[in-house]
Amino acid sequence: MKTTLITCIALFFMAIGHSQDKNKTVSFEVKGNCGMCKTRIEKAAVKLKGVKFATWNSETKLFEAIIDERKVTIPNIQKRIAEVGHDSEGFTAPDSVYNKLPDCCKYRDPSTIHMDHGNHNQ
Amino acid sequence: MRQLFFLFFVFALKSGFSQFQVQGKVLEFNEKGKTIPIANANVYWLSSTIGTTTDFDGKFSTPYQKNIRQLVVSSVGYRSDTIPVNRPNLGNIVLYPNVVLDEVVVEKEVAPIQKSLFKVQNVVSVDSREMLKAACCNLSESFETNPAVDVNVSDAVLGAKQIQMLGLNSPYLMFTQENMPSIRGASQVFGLSFIPGSWIESIQITKGAGSVPNGFESISGHINSELVKPLTDKRFFLNFYANNFERYEFNTRLNHNITDDLGVGLYIHANLRNGYIDNNDDSFYDTPLARQINFMNRWQFMDPESGWVSYANIQYLSDTKELGQTDFNIDEDKLTTNAWGSEIETSRLDISAKTGYVFPDLPYQSFGFQTAYSAHDQNSFYGLNQYDINHRSFYSNLIFNSIIGSTQHKFKTGVSLTYDGFEENVNNTPFTRYDNSLGAFFEYTYDSLEGLSFVAGLRADRHNNLGTFITPRLHLRYSLWDKASFRASLGRGIRGANIFAENQQLFASSRQIVIDGTNGNYYGLQPEKAWNYGVSFIQKLYLWNRVLEFSMDYYRTQFDEQVVVDWENAREIAFYNLEGESFSNSVQVDLNYEILQDLHLRTTYKYFDVATEYRSGKFEKPLQPNYRFFVNLSYETLKIAEKQWRFDVTGNWLGRQRLPNTNTNPEEFQLAEWSTSYNLFNAQITRVLSNKFEVYVGGENIGNFTQPDPILSSSDPFGTYFDSTILYGPVLESLYYVGFRYKI
Repeated sequence: MKTTLITCIALFFMAIGHSQDKNKTVSFEVKGNCGMCKTRIEKAAVKLKGVKFATWNSETKLFEAIIDERKVTIPNIQKRIAEVGHDSEGFTAPDSVYNKLPDCCKYRDPSTIHMDHGNHNQ
Repeated sequence: MRQLFFLFFVFALKSGFSQFQVQGKVLEFNEKGKTIPIANANVYWLSSTIGTTTDFDGKFSTPYQKNIRQLVVSSVGYRSDTIPVNRPNLGNIVLYPNVVLDEVVVEKEVAPIQKSLFKVQNVVSVDSREMLKAACCNLSESFETNPAVDVNVSDAVLGAKQIQMLGLNSPYLMFTQENMPSIRGASQVFGLSFIPGSWIESIQITKGAGSVPNGFESISGHINSELVKPLTDKRFFLNFYANNFERYEFNTRLNHNITDDLGVGLYIHANLRNGYIDNNDDSFYDTPLARQINFMNRWQFMDPESGWVSYANIQYLSDTKELGQTDFNIDEDKLTTNAWGSEIETSRLDISAKTGYVFPDLPYQSFGFQTAYSAHDQNSFYGLNQYDINHRSFYSNLIFNSIIGSTQHKFKTGVSLTYDGFEENVNNTPFTRYDNSLGAFFEYTYDSLEGLSFVAGLRADRHNNLGTFITPRLHLRYSLWDKASFRASLGRGIRGANIFAENQQLFASSRQIVIDGTNGNYYGLQPEKAWNYGVSFIQKLYLWNRVLEFSMDYYRTQFDEQVVVDWENAREIAFYNLEGESFSNSVQVDLNYEILQDLHLRTTYKYFDVATEYRSGKFEKPLQPNYRFFVNLSYETLKIAEKQWRFDVTGNWLGRQRLPNTNTNPEEFQLAEWSTSYNLFNAQITRVLSNKFEVYVGGENIGNFTQPDPILSSSDPFGTYFDSTILYGPVLESLYYVGFRYKI
């Protein structure tokens, strides 16, 4: 009886410890340049099921999102962002996609940072 | 032993290579052109780490490096110099300060009137810079340089400026101040003049159906004004205005930040119209005499870390207008037939508060609560007519914002509770009415992120006089191609008409008041219900490197039920329920372009088709121009040393207006079926003398157009034919003003 109780309590705390957060804030670095990149990155991320909110800062290159951990993982998001052309640690965008980015978004070329990075789509 | 030898060898070698010291003195020129030493300047051999620094007298000495032979002299704030060393004493070396190349900032100011490409609703945002173009003085006058809204004057005696949108009068518009209803009920006619222009930070004008969180009343549009905020406003602002008709306006704002999170503001407005003006010699003042004093105390609390934002306002105003015949003496002639005179005394108290909370970890989730109380008292007489209204109003609204799944799907939901109590006295006949309603709303916003977005809202209200009803609203936006948007909207509005408060000019006539109701809750009349729908298109593009903006819209308002205000019989004004059709169609085309650097042109053409089935037949709405053409040209010089010139010219062409039927009058008091078309010009020049001080001069109605004989039978104001309500043009002649603004 006693052991069952302890086991139950232990299981309960383990469950809490392992419980996945519905509103988990995650952040990682994503390569990119400008306002167009921002739109592309955020759009790709927020369209993924489980990503509730996504924002990318073109100055700090930091991507932040609020996700439902039961539905999506960080690598899922990184993979999706790479598919639209933006590298992050461990995930490299395919050259075929990267090469189609507008010139000002070609962040792998350091000289593009000096281009006009107005928010082109506004 | 060997090591010692080695050390000795190295030492000998070293001294062998540095046979002599290179010396010099590092100097700069001071402002007077004299040389002064630079201490602690770096002196080193090019591309090496060998070197020294200058002493207090700017002197240095460093061993000669014959394989380098170039010495670099540098110091922070100076251009470095590299000197070929061909002699042991380099003498004086003068360094020059770095030419300080300031950071070059390329700026483009956001236009003071913004038509959004991306918002779902057709919204025009107007900021305070635009309001400076109409230097005078309150919200009603803020729209004169803005084509989305039409300003017209209620009648020839009251002279109240009223606004219209889509061919419908202000009661069909919803006004909000910081998203809480204002200018409704008792303040419908004069309320716009109770909000001083200098208190306004920005205005958002939404055409077509409103959004459900703001209530069910809006039919043709929604105008929201945001007031200046204590935490972000200037610390002190002072404005004074005077015109040639002895109108004086005084505005001041004082703001104090108690802490970084808590600010308090005290805003004072006073105006005086002291000009006894009767330039058209009809024995009536062309513009009322008036006095107003208006206070606001405003508190703002904002703590971004905890996510709380709160505002609290208290506003009190007292306003007195005297109008009528110039020989009217209020003490002796009030309510007599000695002379026709009128006095309108208003006092109003507004208390409001709102608070909002954004969940710190969930930036898309928030709730807000707004509440407002107002007490409006108007006591007035117009000739022998007496009209008093007392309106108490309470409003509260709770809104919760969040998302469904992701920020592609947002929603707002909440409940609102309102109460309005009206006590009116119309020529000693009392009218009392209490309105209260409880409503709930849900508004869903979808964004495909690929160009399609829509807002669908629904609210259900239970109202003691309007019954239980549903109000749907839908707005949609689609990106057609680059920088082009298509929008559509559809919505329903419902309201009870306050027939006296909304049509107060009727008292300045000999017309008999006829109310032909059918047991409705509003003076025996039924509530008003209408659908509004419309489409709009906007295209922005670069033409010769400057932005060109083209937009076009069409809106239709169709009344299912309406309280018809019928002026068609010159002996009476009749109110009855609509039997048949009533609609308003409006088309607006805008073209805006920056013709030359900083020279902006805005043009607008509007066409109106507004008609109602009266008992005497279907006619166009009276006093509604069938078209308006608007041109605004503005130019700003470059700001040099805080100084700047600003020029602004506005022209308005108004098409002919149908005049109410006056066939039953004797011939001398009969009017044509249509008014003439006419135009109005305003201009203003502002001189910015510094960031703190600017002065302006301007003129209104520069072309000096006035309506001939604006008052029918003005010589016999107590006779059968007296009527000041048929006004289609200005009464006041050209007006010129000067003013200044001081801010720190």
